[in-house]
Amino acid sequence: MNVILMGLTKHFPSKNKRSKEVVVAVDDLSFEIPDGQLVGLLGPSGCGKTTTLNLISGLEKPTAGSIFFGKDDVTTVPPEMRGVGLVFQNYALYPHMTVLQNILFPLENLKGDKKLSKEEMLKRAHDAADLVQITELLERKPAELSGGQQQRAAIARALVKMPKILLLDEPLSNLDARLRLQTREELRRIQRETGITTVFVTHDQEEAMSISDMIVVMKDGSLNQKGRPQEVYDDPVNLFVAKFLGNPPINVFRGEVRNEKLFIGQEAVMDAPLYPNGPVTVGIRPEGFVPNDGGRFTCGLVGVEVMGRDTSVVCSHPEFEGASIRAIVSSENNVDASKKTVVFDLKPNKVFLFDVDTGRRLRPGRGSR
Amino acid sequence: MKKSGLKAWLYLLPSLIFLGFFMVYPLVDVLVYSLEEGYNSASQTFSGVGLYNYAYVLRDPYFLQAVKNTFILVIITVPVSTGLALLISLGLSSIGKLRELFRTIYFLPYVTNTLAVGLVFMILFKKTPYTDGMVNMLIGLFGGKSVDFIEGPYWAKMFVLCFYTVWIVLPFKILILTSALASVNKDYYSAARVDGASGFRIFARITVPMISPMLFYLIITGFIGAFKAYSDSVALFGTNLNAAGMNTIVGYIYDMLYGDSGGYPSYASAAALILFAIVFTITVINLFISRKKVNA
Ligand SMILES: Nc1ncnc2c1ncn2[C@@H]1O[C@H](COP(=O)(O)OP(=O)(O)OP(=O)(O)O)[C@@H](O)[C@H]1O
Ligand SMILES: [Mg+2]
Repeated sequence: MNVILMGLTKHFPSKNKRSKEVVVAVDDLSFEIPDGQLVGLLGPSGCGKTTTLNLISGLEKPTAGSIFFGKDDVTTVPPEMRGVGLVFQNYALYPHMTVLQNILFPLENLKGDKKLSKEEMLKRAHDAADLVQITELLERKPAELSGGQQQRAAIARALVKMPKILLLDEPLSNLDARLRLQTREELRRIQRETGITTVFVTHDQEEAMSISDMIVVMKDGSLNQKGRPQEVYDDPVNLFVAKFLGNPPINVFRGEVRNEKLFIGQEAVMDAPLYPNGPVTVGIRPEGFVPNDGGRFTCGLVGVEVMGRDTSVVCSHPEFEGASIRAIVSSENNVDASKKTVVFDLKPNKVFLFDVDTGRRLRPGRGSR
Repeated sequence: MKKSGLKAWLYLLPSLIFLGFFMVYPLVDVLVYSLEEGYNSASQTFSGVGLYNYAYVLRDPYFLQAVKNTFILVIITVPVSTGLALLISLGLSSIGKLRELFRTIYFLPYVTNTLAVGLVFMILFKKTPYTDGMVNMLIGLFGGKSVDFIEGPYWAKMFVLCFYTVWIVLPFKILILTSALASVNKDYYSAARVDGASGFRIFARITVPMISPMLFYLIITGFIGAFKAYSDSVALFGTNLNAAGMNTIVGYIYDMLYGDSGGYPSYASAAALILFAIVFTITVINLFISRKKVNA
């Protein structure tokens, strides 16, 4: 089932009782989650990801806007009637019940014609446990499970009632790096197998990029960009999105466009056809640098780190905003580490120009200033 | 291993000595008293050793009345006060504004003197030549016949005693339960709602198990407290409780020691040990049940 958010807004009353100001947690959020897809909801801490999930699950009531599940307007439907599966940031497994009792709980709550017999409930619970591979752990209490096992138990509990929508709030944040990698693949597998429309909250861009069909990048409660991960990475709409995606992060320089050429410092590093003249913020992806002694962009060489297939070249430049430039180049390109400088050519599709004040992406031909 | 065990005993020694002196010794002493037949407190002599004191106490109609009163008091007030406290605590934790104010109001009886509260209850319930008491005025308003709650029929007196006891113990229970409720992570309630649980199911399957250690603590201490009730009865019905038919076991023990018909430490000791046996049995049963049910 697809989910449509329309102009969704959530205000919280300010903690300070005397001030009339409100906390805007979610601001006019509109997007559609296509049926059967895994959507990564991405953004820095406090940008309103959890609040958005709570709005979809019904745990919070929106200040304005509406939510549709398919054709049904569910904006005022209470959470117990929405039938979504939700995995909490801290799992929230009921500590006094065994894993099996935890998984059975949503089934025992079914009423009317959805009511199941005891055998059916047990069968469904075991199926869900099989899916997340915790069959041997069913008699344990949550406190006797590892973080990864708890997470899987929580997913089983969310899946057992076969929800049409599954919501996951930073489900991997408590796991160590290896388990995290493993569990996210598993999550992807489970989502594929069940075909449940899934929203997955994370502040880890790599996690979101690697398993999502679509990512939604949020900042300060509002949507910045949505699309397939590679599309968003290759075509960010603003500096924030460009900085947020990618590891190592994008390199940001002060630059200027003069007569359709992009200047960084005194060098014309790249042609910039159809861009208007004026100062710009330049973002260059690490993989956008190609070492070439006859190139146009000269940087100070700080160090070379060979990492197997790739080589990471650490450089410096007076117009660079930040500590050190990181370029990822193929190991075939020999960079002489003994030299003081390194010269690059730039791949035009890895270089983005942004408005200096607003951070908005500048595009050729359009006078966006 | 052995050394550290010795060290632990050494640390415990002061409190063990204290306990031995002030708890074990008196208990043994009481046991000895209860077995000495025909003890004379003036001459400090006794005629024999045996179970006569127990037989006497168990046949004494005043004692049997006291046991009956105590059991009724326990069976009514413990569930009622705990249930009521739970309801009020749930109410308190679900209101936003004025919660602190209500909490303070509910806590007031706890810091008020028992006898002062008794006085208030007298005003509410007692019949005098001038007035029938506030409660009777209310009963009259609804067309009922006025009842003498203090010197009238047994059920009316029992009702007042239970009412009063519940009123006295309620604040402490509310205090314990509101903090127990506050310590339950809200995410469990959210999770249960998303899992489709109704309000009542959340209460029965999530809230109660989560606070069950505190509930059992209150039930066990409630039982013990109610079995040892005495001052409540005095506050309402005066010191001559046998005449009023409202004596409790502890009241009986006191009367046997110091009352108008007192001076029988052997009978008092026997009654005290019977009470001890009752409380001990009930507490063991309670603990046994809680072992099975409570999720610590
Ligand atoms: N119950 C609440 N009362 C007041 N303000 C709140 C409440 N819940 C959230 N907020 C505020 O709303 C904003 C968004 O919070 P939210 O929990 O959705 O962030 P998040 O994106 O999930 O962050 P994180 O990655 O740290 O979990 C924050 O500024 C937060 O302080
Ligand atoms: Mg969050």
